[in-house]
Amino acid sequence: MSLDFALKTQLSATEEARRQIEICNACRYCEGFCSVFPAMTRQKAFADGDLTHLANLCHNCRGCHYSCQYTAPHEFALNIPAALAEVRQDSWERLARPQTLARLFHERGVAMAGLLVVALTLFFALIAALRPTGGDGFYAYMAHNVMIAIFIPAFLAPLALIGLSLRDYWREVEGGPLRLRHLLKAGDMAGRMKNLNGGHGDGCNFEDGDRFSQKRRIAHQLMMWGFLACFASTSSGTILHYVFGWTAPYPFWAPPKLLGVPGGLAMVAGALGLALLKLKADPDLGARRVWGGEMAFILLLGVVALTGLVLYAATGTAAVGPLLAIHLATVMTLFLLMPFSKMIHGFFRFTALVAEAGKLEKTR
Amino acid sequence: MTETPETYDIAIVGGGNAALCAAITAAEAGARVIILEGAPVPYRGGNSRHTRNFRCMHRGPMSPLTGAYEEDEYFHDLMLVTKGKTEEHLARMTIRSSEECLPWMQEHGVRFQPSLSGTLSLSRTNAFFLGGGKALVNAYYNTAEALGVTVVYEAQVRHVHRDGQAITHLDVEIAKAPPVTIRAKAFVLASGGFQADLDWLARAWGPSARNFLIRGTPYNRGVVLKDMLDQGADSVGDPTQCHAVAIDGRAPKYDGGIVTRLDCVPFSIVVNRDGQRFYDEGEDTWPKRYAIWGRLVAAQPDQVGYALIDAKSIDLFMPSVFPPIVADTIPELAAKMGLDPAAVQATVNDFNAACRPGTFHPTELDGLATEGLATAKTNWARPLDQAPFYGYQLRPGVTFTYLGLKVSDSAQVHTPEGPITNLWAAGEIMAGSILGQGYLAGFGMTIGTVFGRIAGKEAAAHVA
Ligand SMILES: Cc1cc2nc3c(=O)[nH]c(=O)nc-3n(C[C@H](O)[C@H](O)[C@H](O)COP(=O)(O)OP(=O)(O)OC[C@H]3O[C@@H](n4cnc5c(N)ncnc54)[C@H](O)[C@@H]3O)c2cc1C
Ligand code: HEM
Ligand code: SF4
Ligand code: SF4
Repeated sequence: MSLDFALKTQLSATEEARRQIEICNACRYCEGFCSVFPAMTRQKAFADGDLTHLANLCHNCRGCHYSCQYTAPHEFALNIPAALAEVRQDSWERLARPQTLARLFHERGVAMAGLLVVALTLFFALIAALRPTGGDGFYAYMAHNVMIAIFIPAFLAPLALIGLSLRDYWREVEGGPLRLRHLLKAGDMAGRMKNLNGGHGDGCNFEDGDRFSQKRRIAHQLMMWGFLACFASTSSGTILHYVFGWTAPYPFWAPPKLLGVPGGLAMVAGALGLALLKLKADPDLGARRVWGGEMAFILLLGVVALTGLVLYAATGTAAVGPLLAIHLATVMTLFLLMPFSKMIHGFFRFTALVAEAGKLEKTR
Repeated sequence: MTETPETYDIAIVGGGNAALCAAITAAEAGARVIILEGAPVPYRGGNSRHTRNFRCMHRGPMSPLTGAYEEDEYFHDLMLVTKGKTEEHLARMTIRSSEECLPWMQEHGVRFQPSLSGTLSLSRTNAFFLGGGKALVNAYYNTAEALGVTVVYEAQVRHVHRDGQAITHLDVEIAKAPPVTIRAKAFVLASGGFQADLDWLARAWGPSARNFLIRGTPYNRGVVLKDMLDQGADSVGDPTQCHAVAIDGRAPKYDGGIVTRLDCVPFSIVVNRDGQRFYDEGEDTWPKRYAIWGRLVAAQPDQVGYALIDAKSIDLFMPSVFPPIVADTIPELAAKMGLDPAAVQATVNDFNAACRPGTFHPTELDGLATEGLATAKTNWARPLDQAPFYGYQLRPGVTFTYLGLKVSDSAQVHTPEGPITNLWAAGEIMAGSILGQGYLAGFGMTIGTVFGRIAGKEAAAHVA
């Protein structure tokens, strides 16, 4: 039975989460913190898919941990943020494909660094070998077509893999028919990161024990919105290039710069914030085995943004060549690892919020 | 005995809701305050960390409370549960003060939430803490620390030195080291009741009390209460009584808290060790009858009861933390629960035969009663006839004890010789003054908040 405490240590991540969630379901004191508890009270018994759903809804705000009267040394030994983090992490790895790459980069920051070195070598070699004769700015080092030929597949192939994972996820959690309003609701939840505001608006628990703060939420939103702005910057460049025949380098007021520079700065600030906060937080309230991979992911995002900014600042100097190689290598690493790193969290969490928007309607 | 070098203005004994409200109020008034909490950090906050709401008077909607809940209705509710065993003046003062508690609590870090799913009936009268009592306790500790209050954990107060009508100092064992002396100009006692001291319970109730489970902290052993009573402080409340509810028999001996409660009784039949029913399970809606089942079970042989439910009714109540025992037949269920299958089958047969057709309505008194049984079930009586059958073992779970210190409306502790000039009490340790019998959900935290604040204010005024 799920409440055989003596056997606790031998339980799988899902079984352990079930044991804990059943205790919460008899208590419900934490109902107001986040989306997880209202979703939990819909059922009395929890299938594996229900737990996958709850785990991906959980934003690891830790409010329920610090306010729980049953945390260790109590024999119930509740640690909901960690239990759900384990299930969530397992779900990302279980649903990833190909399976051979599922765990490595999550667990080992070193592996990520290794891939980065490989990408660096590749781009230095490419620039040396394929240096175009013409071209302005960084296109003087690598032709636009070459970049497109490399990055479009490096971006779309991982996305396709992620699409397959998300389809499996949707089945596993028994998501219903998808509606536009569910997407909008999820967009609103993620856009404001509501599940990190603690329900009361004071923020989450992370870097300072049971004290609430907005620091993590702010750092994350700097990172997320910064990333989205940078992504929009690159996309706008591609559109300008192909649709309007307007090629780089762009002036500071053009969309690629207007989006890219603030976005890049926000990402750097966000990465710095997230990394520092992570150093202060209690690693036992998350999935411990992936701490290194998570940290490497934060740093990678920071480096992507920083090298992009430096590249812009170096416009016209001899440093552009090597800087371009470095920047492209970091972007390449990020793209390739989307399905196999913490980057996957955005996709799964967003999907969970969409699924929950639908499930909420059904109960009303 | 070693002396701590510092002298504080106010020393507060205990680290739950009442103690913290007193500490914060006194520190805001400028006093230098020390909190002596007997428990280690993970268990700080006594029974307050197990709570979920407090009962609050309000004249109009006041977030998160709906509607209005005025003094007279509140007082009437209190009279119903205490059967008049309350001191009207103190009770009304507490009720009136509860209204200003809610904003005060918010200002000091407590956050509220709408009433929990499954507790809609309380949304007008009780304000629920977001995250429960431990979140409240955490918020208060943070507020107190920011105000410069010194907090010492694992600080067990052993003796309160009374010299005539004044308290001079405390003997305190810190982290199991030999006792130290702590001096202050004023003292607040907020160390709860004695329900965790099973020997005391057994002396008061009889040896069967050793089979009781204690729903809250193991640290409320009444050491300070007994010490004060031994030194002649006025007492109030029946020394032999405790508030007990029926909880899951598999709950831990201490600190099982809210999740061990069982709400299944109205939809069950409850038998004792011998397989016999002993009380009307359908007497009233569960919130109203919740509190009597602890005593009922405590009066049965071995202090144990067994609730039996069939498949029709298993989803009608909040899930319990422990899964029910399941079986396809009644005798099999009885055997699994260690009961005599024949006796239980006979009881169920009699009961089923006494059930009458009618409309079953789970949320109101539906009058669906048995006919011709010595122990009738007067509502929700449906035959147990749909497999699978489910069973829960029930045991008495003690919430608190009634015996306490008698206080005035300024929370001051009294003796036959008059008040002790620098001693106040707040919370469970004096709650018997208002709650002489029974229990009104959410009133414990109200008493602690109201009297904690009064004690803090009075003590600070004394040392100013
Ligand atoms: C499971 C459960 C649920 C409850 N739910 C509610 C609810 O929802 N609403 C409500 O109003 N009431 C509820 N109550 C009742 C409520 O808990 C009490 O009325 C309230 O907490 C009393 O507060 P207090 O500060 O007086 O005592 P406590 O919070 O119990 O604090 C007593 C403190 O004194 C310390 N202490 C004890 N002895 C010593 C010593 N010798 N030296 C130093 N320190 C000592 C303890 O460690 C503890 O910190 C519940 C009780 C239980 C058990
Ligand atoms: C789409 C919606 C998104 C949601 C709902 C979301 C949610 C979250 C949450 C709740 C966390 C904290 C818990 C945890 O560490 O797992 C987190 C961490 C993180 N997110 Fe997001 N995120 C989203 C998108 C993004 C995007 C687009 C980026 C940037 C590329 C990003 C970057 C990060 C980083 C770097 C962390 C790690 C912080 C750490 O380990 O401490 N997120 N995200
Ligand atoms: S985390 Fe603890 S306090 Fe919160 S709902 Fe679960 S059991 Fe209750
Ligand atoms: S950690 Fe935060 S988001 Fe996750 S379940 Fe607990 S309260 Fe909800």
